[in-house]
Amino acid sequence: MTSAVLSPGRGVTRQAGRFAGFVTDVWVLTKRSLARIRREPETLAEVTIQPILFVLMFTYVFGGAIGIPGGGSYHEYLIGGMLGMGLAQTAPGTAVAVVTDMSTGLIDRFRSLPMSRAAVLSARTVADLLTQVIGAIVVAGVGLAIGWRVHTGPGDIIAAFALALLFGYAFTWVGACLGMVLRSPEAAQQSGFVIFLPLTFISSAFVPTQGMPGWLQPVAEWNPMSALAAACRHLFGNPNPAAAVHAWPMQHPQLAVIAWSVAMLVVFAPLAVRLYRRKALG
Amino acid sequence: MGEAPAIEAEGVVKNFGRTTALAGLDLTVPRGTVYGLLGPNGAGKTTAVRTFATLLRPDGGRARVLGSDVVTHAARVRSVIGLTGQYAALDEYLSARANLVMIGRLSRLTAAEAGRCAGDLLERFGLTDAAGRAVKTYSGGMRRRLDLAASLIGSPEVLFLDEPTTGLDPRSRAVMWDIIRALTAGGTTLLLTTQYLEEADQLAARIAVIDGGRVIAEGTPGELKSAVGGERIAVDLAAGGDVEAAITALKPFSAGPAVASEDGLRLEAPVVLSDGLTTTVVRALDAAGVQVTEVSIRRASLDDVFLSLTGHSAEGKVAA
Repeated sequence: MTSAVLSPGRGVTRQAGRFAGFVTDVWVLTKRSLARIRREPETLAEVTIQPILFVLMFTYVFGGAIGIPGGGSYHEYLIGGMLGMGLAQTAPGTAVAVVTDMSTGLIDRFRSLPMSRAAVLSARTVADLLTQVIGAIVVAGVGLAIGWRVHTGPGDIIAAFALALLFGYAFTWVGACLGMVLRSPEAAQQSGFVIFLPLTFISSAFVPTQGMPGWLQPVAEWNPMSALAAACRHLFGNPNPAAAVHAWPMQHPQLAVIAWSVAMLVVFAPLAVRLYRRKALG
Repeated sequence: MGEAPAIEAEGVVKNFGRTTALAGLDLTVPRGTVYGLLGPNGAGKTTAVRTFATLLRPDGGRARVLGSDVVTHAARVRSVIGLTGQYAALDEYLSARANLVMIGRLSRLTAAEAGRCAGDLLERFGLTDAAGRAVKTYSGGMRRRLDLAASLIGSPEVLFLDEPTTGLDPRSRAVMWDIIRALTAGGTTLLLTTQYLEEADQLAARIAVIDGGRVIAEGTPGELKSAVGGERIAVDLAAGGDVEAAITALKPFSAGPAVASEDGLRLEAPVVLSDGLTTTVVRALDAAGVQVTEVSIRRASLDDVFLSLTGHSAEGKVAA
């Protein structure tokens, strides 16, 4: 071993700028997460196999029993709700990944490097956003296969997917927070059943809120998941019984999705980064 | 750059709940030295390293690395240090090369520099053939080597190695020792923690013995050994030999208290070497009616240092 590479002093070019550094760190760490997917593609099951199963089960098992107020096909009704579920479903995966990362020595290494403090969690959420894009494509694909059709123009379609991904991205930060608070990957996995499953089911994602008991209706109507489902149905030109509901989010679903998403980002992103710094400092 | 020491700790205190890990640690590590932090499990070695590496915030006292405070100037500290912890800090699913490139990029190297640096390090640590394999397929020894390689990216001026050979088989340990010796040729300051007395003796130019979260002795291995008596006399008693009589007979020659082994068949005491010492001791023991099988002189080991400083042996405490 020669001393050339190990002699003190960094004879290397430093990249200037904190923001440029942050972007590089996020990019490098996002590639790390994606490399993991390349080596173990089965980690994508929750955005591929799971939504396919849900679409098929709801369409062919429950669909016939669910009436849509105002008429329309359940096949067309379902996909708007399914998009929201498919994307929010990745949040427990984010939590598991964060818990797992925090329990390894790798985080110590990251923390001893002159890198951005917010990069580790940001990269996680960016990688999960990319898997959500795959999930959205899968939901749309299986939807088209079962007879879901869009009756609007490209602008509306892009707006619908953009809203869905904004919503999904906000959820990755909820997952990141859970990952910082929970202690084991198992607990993080459980959060899917305890938090995200009720969140999806007590909404208009799969069934119109009109059929729910009176006391539950306001909960479902103000559930962000219902706003996303209504916004997508509206933008796709699909049956949207929520349009007849007077609650504000159901009357302004696009605005409601943006408001919910921004609120979640503003609360959970800084909180997650703060928890990360705090935890890291012991 | 001023002439601040590589590492300076003044009364560093760190508590975890009701447990005190560091109870006022004072330490000065000069630049360009290999410094050993020697102590049993739970002595506070890892806490000390994590504090210097900005991973823990001390509850009291201050610590500086190359003159920068680890709390108020953590970012500056991070840009001059490398850390190899007890657990390989690597992404198991990435290849060795991808790990090193990633850490290079995160250390603010350009993509080209990171690639070149990764290639150099893989070559130097004998990992080129396995460079494309996922780290989870690596053996313990290979992981440690790769982990150490990772901490050298960006040529840190101060390197922390936390128990670099714990859990390694003797052959992998010897390989790590060679690598660590070669590192120091470049003038890097190296702070090494270990619970192996032999390791500190082999690698470190200076040693701080740490117990209960504070430094209880400091110096070169030679200084520490002479502090407990450079030479030690060992007396093996014949079966049924009178230990008390032997201790009394040894007293005029010893420079410190004699210690009897558990079975009472061996006595050891620090001595000041003089001509004909062994013969004189044998005569004195004979005169006292103590039957001996052997009397020998040996140089004090770090084990003796540890025992005399702490009242327990390093390994003994580890096992407990």
